[in-house]
Amino acid sequence: MAVPALRGSMSFLRQSLTIASKDLRSELRTKEALNASVAFALVILLLFSFAFEPTEVETRQISGGLLWLVFAFAGALILNRSFARELSNDCLDALVAAPISGAALFLGKALANLALLVTVELACLPVFGIFYNVPWTQQFWPLMLVMLLGTWGLTVVGTMFSALTVNLRLRELMLPMLVYPIMVPGLLAAVQLTAPLVMGQPLAGDLIPWLRLLIAFDVIFTALALTLVETVLVR
Amino acid sequence: MNPVQVAGVWKYYGDFPALRDVSFEVQPGACMALLGRNGAGKTTLLRIVAGLARPTRGSASVCGAGTRDRVTRRSIGILGHGISLYDELSAFENLHLFARIYGVADPKRAALEWLERTGLERVRDGLVREFSRGMRQRLAVARAFLHEPSVLLLDEPFTALDDRAIALLQTLLRDALAAGRTIVISTHQLREALALATHVALLVRGRLAHTGERTAEMLEDTGWLYRHYGEA
Amino acid sequence: MLAMTAIAALLLVRNLYVMLLVLPDEKHQNAAYRIMFFHVPDAWTAFLCFFLAMIASVLYLVKNDLRYDGFAASITEVGLVFGAANLVTGMIWGRVIWGVWWAWDVRLTTMLVGWLMYAGYLMLRRAIEEPTERAKMSAVVSIFAFADVPIIFFSIRWWRNQQHPPPADLPPDWWMALFMNWIPLLLLAGVFLMIRMEQERIERQLNGLRRTVHAF
Repeated sequence: MAVPALRGSMSFLRQSLTIASKDLRSELRTKEALNASVAFALVILLLFSFAFEPTEVETRQISGGLLWLVFAFAGALILNRSFARELSNDCLDALVAAPISGAALFLGKALANLALLVTVELACLPVFGIFYNVPWTQQFWPLMLVMLLGTWGLTVVGTMFSALTVNLRLRELMLPMLVYPIMVPGLLAAVQLTAPLVMGQPLAGDLIPWLRLLIAFDVIFTALALTLVETVLVR
Repeated sequence: MNPVQVAGVWKYYGDFPALRDVSFEVQPGACMALLGRNGAGKTTLLRIVAGLARPTRGSASVCGAGTRDRVTRRSIGILGHGISLYDELSAFENLHLFARIYGVADPKRAALEWLERTGLERVRDGLVREFSRGMRQRLAVARAFLHEPSVLLLDEPFTALDDRAIALLQTLLRDALAAGRTIVISTHQLREALALATHVALLVRGRLAHTGERTAEMLEDTGWLYRHYGEA
Repeated sequence: MLAMTAIAALLLVRNLYVMLLVLPDEKHQNAAYRIMFFHVPDAWTAFLCFFLAMIASVLYLVKNDLRYDGFAASITEVGLVFGAANLVTGMIWGRVIWGVWWAWDVRLTTMLVGWLMYAGYLMLRRAIEEPTERAKMSAVVSIFAFADVPIIFFSIRWWRNQQHPPPADLPPDWWMALFMNWIPLLLLAGVFLMIRMEQERIERQLNGLRRTVHAF
């Protein structure tokens, strides 16, 4: 009993990784989404410094919100491309008809998006540190953990809605309209965690409930997406 | 048990029935030509057999299992309107990718072998976006055949292809039939399809108007079927 | 349906009489507290609608019957109407009591985020032509949105750490008035729902006929 189940989940993971590496490889050949996303993120970071006095110490207190808005906006560019890249030659049909479950396909694409989004975020952080004069590396690893968890939530919800809106003429508009309100708790938790970490406060005390909330958000929406994606993909 | 079985399939888009109570079977080694005008439901029917869409009522099965069964899907090869290849990947990477997804035992060898069979081995590392139309089409044919599917589903394959790709596809389909595989091919280009077909099915407004063996008079006069069973 | 509307109207008149003339002014809020008798049942009705929309969406995905989709779409719209009423009454109350239109109160903010999610749901419905496809995609969105409602509520409660007028220590005759006023609002929601569902049904038929005409 256990051996086929194990083999099954191994092949599930292997298939997901095959899809993820395919997505990453074709994205890295053109870097269309990646370049656009990084450039967009830098522009927003610049614009925000007009809105908030960048040299003030108080700016650090809103740094969490600032960073996550940048990530969410820049992320939408990458998430929009995720399923749209399957459209041009009817590739999505070939993938859905292939012996790979919708869940494995979804997971693969989500992992690729996660990698791309984290790349954009890692490009943004040093620029943010320089622009706003913030020594953001004091709690480096806890900050990375929060970024990974928050980004995973954004990726799961975004990839799901990317699959859902892929055939729409207005998909570039629909995706943020659907994703951002649903992301509110996830983004809120990530914002509440990021600001203290950037200011050097350790990940403990009253930050723990937010961490729990973020993890719960990720788990709930990952489970929902994996359950429902097959329905979305098979017309 | 026949490899392709469609039983009482209805497909609604809203309140509009695109397929109405369609039932047919295709035997091993048979080639069913699915005929009908545009909008008669050929593509919808093929998509249901391929597991790309679900019937509203009724069932479709391939090799005795439902079309969303993963083992079943391993034995299906599809060739649709689009080439289903990634522009940013090379010819080899595309075939290698699909060989891996289909669980082919040695994906690398299968990819190389099919590049050779389709005459693309010299451009194996070229990106698909740089290929000519004909090369893309031959690669698409390789993509559909490389996991040795026992059931082939082709949607209007001859419309987009150039001469060389048509010749390649016809050879491959003949070989497949000789090896006892099953083919369902939707087309309105009667001559190419009928030459290959052993059976025909005519869809009229989502309903199966006629199924049966392909007879000699159909080959001689391609309008025969439409005149006898279709609308004028 | 006419009877339901009539009962709702009569009950509303009776409730207004009780609220305005029978119940005395509250000592801190004076007359303004009375808006609660609409504000609170509006929220109950809205979330009940969203909950039922989620149930209908699950049923649609299981049974593939477009009537469930028509129900889900209609009741979501009704929920949005009552949600909007809840937001507006809440803002008026906040202006009178706290002096600000918007105080980032937990329940009101949760309603606003929920409202935006379901507005996205309706926009998605507009963007998809084909009825079966539209039904399926919007069902998935509805399920995602409702799963998010409790998480939104808790996240905003932790964020604001601030209290709404506590519901627990209301006098019994206020509770009575609240529930009595919920009944006509529910009846009204039912009437709206039936009108919208009938429209959805006719639209399904029209769409089917149109496609049949175009196809042949």
